[in-house]
Amino acid sequence: MAHQIIATSRSATGIPTGRLAVWWVVASEIFIFGGLIAAYLLNRFLHGSWAQEAAVTNTFIGGINTFWLLTSSWFVVIAHHYSEQRDAKKTRQFLWLTILLGGFFMGFKFVEYYKEISHGMTLFTNNFWSFYYTATGLHGFHVLCGMVIMAIIAEGDIKNERNWHRVENIGIYWHFVDIVWIFLFPLLYIAK
Amino acid sequence: MAEVATADVSHDDHHHEHEQTFWSKYVFSTDHKIIGFQYLFTGIAMAIIGGYFAYVFRMQLAFPGSSVPFFGIVSPSAYNSLVTNHGTIMIFWVAMPVLIAAMGNFLIPLMIGCDDMVFPRVNRLSYQIFLLSAIVLIASFFVPGGGFGGAWTAYPPLSALAKYNATPFGAPMWLIAVALEIVAFLLGGINFITTAMNARAKGMRMYDIPIVVWMIVIASMLFMASVGPLVAGAVMLLFDQTLGTTFFDASAGGDPVLWQHLFWFFGHPEVYVVLLPAMGIVAEVMCTFARKKLFGYKLILYATVGLGILSFFVWAHHQFISGVDPRAAYLFTTTTLLISIPVAIMLFAYIATLYGGSIQFTTAMLFALSFLAEFLIGGVTGIWLGSSGTDIYLHDTYFVLAHFHYTFFPIAIIGTFTAIYYWYPKMFGRMMNETWGKIHFWGTIIAFNGIFLPLFFLGAAGQHRRIYNYQNFPDLAGDNMQDLRVFATISLVIMLLFQIPFVINFIVSLKRGKKAGKNPWKANTLEWVAPSPPPHGNFPDGMPEVYRGPYEFAHPDREDDYWPQNEPGNQKPANK
Amino acid sequence: MLEKLLPAASTYAKDIDGLFDLITYLVGFWFILAMGVFFYLVFRYRRKPSEKAQYITGETHKQKLAIEVPHYLILLCDIAILVLTFIVWHHVKIEKPPAEDEVRIVGQQWAWTFYHSGADGLLGTDDDIAKVNELHVKKDTVYHYKLESRDVMHSFSVPVFRLKQDTIPGRIIEGWFEPNKTGEWDIQCAEMCGVAHGIMAARIFIETEEEHAAWIAANSPNSADTSMIAKNETVLETQAQEDRSNG
Repeated sequence: MAHQIIATSRSATGIPTGRLAVWWVVASEIFIFGGLIAAYLLNRFLHGSWAQEAAVTNTFIGGINTFWLLTSSWFVVIAHHYSEQRDAKKTRQFLWLTILLGGFFMGFKFVEYYKEISHGMTLFTNNFWSFYYTATGLHGFHVLCGMVIMAIIAEGDIKNERNWHRVENIGIYWHFVDIVWIFLFPLLYIAK
Repeated sequence: MAEVATADVSHDDHHHEHEQTFWSKYVFSTDHKIIGFQYLFTGIAMAIIGGYFAYVFRMQLAFPGSSVPFFGIVSPSAYNSLVTNHGTIMIFWVAMPVLIAAMGNFLIPLMIGCDDMVFPRVNRLSYQIFLLSAIVLIASFFVPGGGFGGAWTAYPPLSALAKYNATPFGAPMWLIAVALEIVAFLLGGINFITTAMNARAKGMRMYDIPIVVWMIVIASMLFMASVGPLVAGAVMLLFDQTLGTTFFDASAGGDPVLWQHLFWFFGHPEVYVVLLPAMGIVAEVMCTFARKKLFGYKLILYATVGLGILSFFVWAHHQFISGVDPRAAYLFTTTTLLISIPVAIMLFAYIATLYGGSIQFTTAMLFALSFLAEFLIGGVTGIWLGSSGTDIYLHDTYFVLAHFHYTFFPIAIIGTFTAIYYWYPKMFGRMMNETWGKIHFWGTIIAFNGIFLPLFFLGAAGQHRRIYNYQNFPDLAGDNMQDLRVFATISLVIMLLFQIPFVINFIVSLKRGKKAGKNPWKANTLEWVAPSPPPHGNFPDGMPEVYRGPYEFAHPDREDDYWPQNEPGNQKPANK
Repeated sequence: MLEKLLPAASTYAKDIDGLFDLITYLVGFWFILAMGVFFYLVFRYRRKPSEKAQYITGETHKQKLAIEVPHYLILLCDIAILVLTFIVWHHVKIEKPPAEDEVRIVGQQWAWTFYHSGADGLLGTDDDIAKVNELHVKKDTVYHYKLESRDVMHSFSVPVFRLKQDTIPGRIIEGWFEPNKTGEWDIQCAEMCGVAHGIMAARIFIETEEEHAAWIAANSPNSADTSMIAKNETVLETQAQEDRSNG
């Protein structure tokens, strides 16, 4: 639009509007993943046999992927730190490092999927695997979206030294995606 | 309250800067008022479709087997599809867009005194997704197999497998349409909440916010918190329908009852999601036309929050007889009866607001008062159903149907008419004709009671829902019961006919109505400070500041019987 | 009150009707009171040129009493309703008196099949009588039912018994009823179950001991009628199995 919207620049709560909105996005996502995890848990308690299925999941790849995500969360914190110092070069550098680790996560995920599918564990094998693919797939989709948005922020905003607050906003989202994985990992990989 | 350092510069020339085409002004606009109108008119169009569906299946029930004018013979599958989509449309494509999206978009920025929503482009995206969802739903009626007919609750396995529901394309399209609609309202809801939290005018404290803004914000939060699990469930059900997973297929280890939990965990708070905005609208109108301060503003607010929280613990009262552990009924009966307390507090406070007032019977006020009376019937009949003992008998009968129409009709239809008659001068700058408005009011209200009062008796006599022809049930085929059905149907046709004066009044007043000034009703809230209709940017004379609560009518310290929120005055109100 | 609209034919129907009446009286009282106050206020405080509206905030303690007192009274009414609800619910759905006869009820798209226990009063024996859309029961006998579904959710509803119970595929749901009035009435399916949900009608025949014995004798499993039913049964059974393996 041609003119600046006054509404967007106001902050009656003292929290910047962008950050406030990201928190509400995270809140609504919590309920979506919460519903999925609750549905999984309900089924898990009903079906003792799922413990054996969970034993098949590759804890090693899951563990490595946990490591990638946690480290990437640390990087995005560093990126935020530099963005507050208005250091475009370092901010971009750490944003891209975060994206790289997200890419590692997705790469390992695909190897994992490939191995499982070639061993005959597909979306249709049984309900454990349906849940497994739905939950990790939905999570992976969120990782992918986060990577794309982060790339846009790094190249579109930070390179041109504007909209610094977006680094913090994507950071909040990225931590959330990370935390979802912290829930999924023990449920799908460790609890046997 | 901290205002980030932006001078509220006057920018009354910005909308003259460039000529806008029809498309950029009305179709791809980011202006909150235009988006509100888009939601409003889409909602009204969908209401006409939903009303037409109701007409067709009511005609089938009154005159089974005969050809319905403007439709033809109603087959069983067409009947199921009509009732299913009537319910879906009226909740997801009428009540939600009109009450939350249209009123939220139009009212929130005006009432909190700012120029737009905080994310205007997200707002536009939300409407576009909503429009897409409506198109998908309408398209689903015309695919091979027809529209989905497994009831708006879509219980699997019926909804999951085409071999059971016989709508291989209708069922997934129905689900996709609902999911898109949910996404649209999540986006819109985040916008509403953030706007109301952050973009308030200078001086507007928490308890200076008009109650309707509170209600829309609380409703958006309830929606956000309740719909998440349903989104997860919808993904699972969509996979069951299209890919062949077995999340809800009992024969392959799935659990069909899980869907019921996910659905009703959303489904019950959803009632309050649409109720709250309507209650807010009624509060605004009542205070203005009774010239009274709202009785117990904070009490109503706290009751609303309590209602919202309690609404998450009542969902299984829809499942008393669905085969879940019968002991759960103790818990859910208790919470369900407890929820009558906050609702009663709200209704009592509304009735108490009338005490000592000076009531003007404008059309908007008549609709607002009828909302209270009709909703009271809807509310009290819920007790028979919330009590698990009587629910064994009444569950899924016409008693239930009449009960929730006595709640949803006041909410979705009476609430909408209240809002339109009240804010029409602000929306379009002209007054509607009051005489035709009153004809519309009395026709609608009397015919509405004519439709649904008989259905309580049919339900208490054991007549179940979603049955396309009662002639197959000897106990229900009797003449006296059929007479009641015919009576209800004739009332429906009369009610639909009485909407014609409204439509004509609406259209004619756009051009011929008496010019409304800024504040034709002498109301206090900030939207009446803006010109009618408000230009892009809303407040060309500078952004308003707020000095007092929204309902300072008949204040003893003041000559006039109203005291606009933006008028400077030395006396701070007691409402802090 | 309900009995004026529909006869009651089971022992617990009168309990449910009693609960219905209690709620009607309590709720009716509050409803009439609230409506009375509402219409009085609307009439009394209609606009008059001589009267200006009063300024009442509703925030003082005395004013709040106007809401607090009725809300405590409503709470009392809620508790009264709750207590009786619990008693009725416990009696109908949780506590089961010892069975005197059994019946197995199977719902499918779009018919009910009733497996009567036959002369020996036991299910799963050779003399079971399977009937489509016909349930024959004996007056003053406690029946335990086992409810199953072959495909989707149905709901077994006998309005004269005031009884309703959903079926869930993959589960067997148990319950009881005791008919106490002879006659012939509707059984409806009360859960949307597909295209022909609207004609999924069955009849219940409540018979005296002699009539019931005569019916059992006439429908012993070797008669032509029931063997046809049994044949239908096997067809349906295999079809259901095929469906499952296809799905």
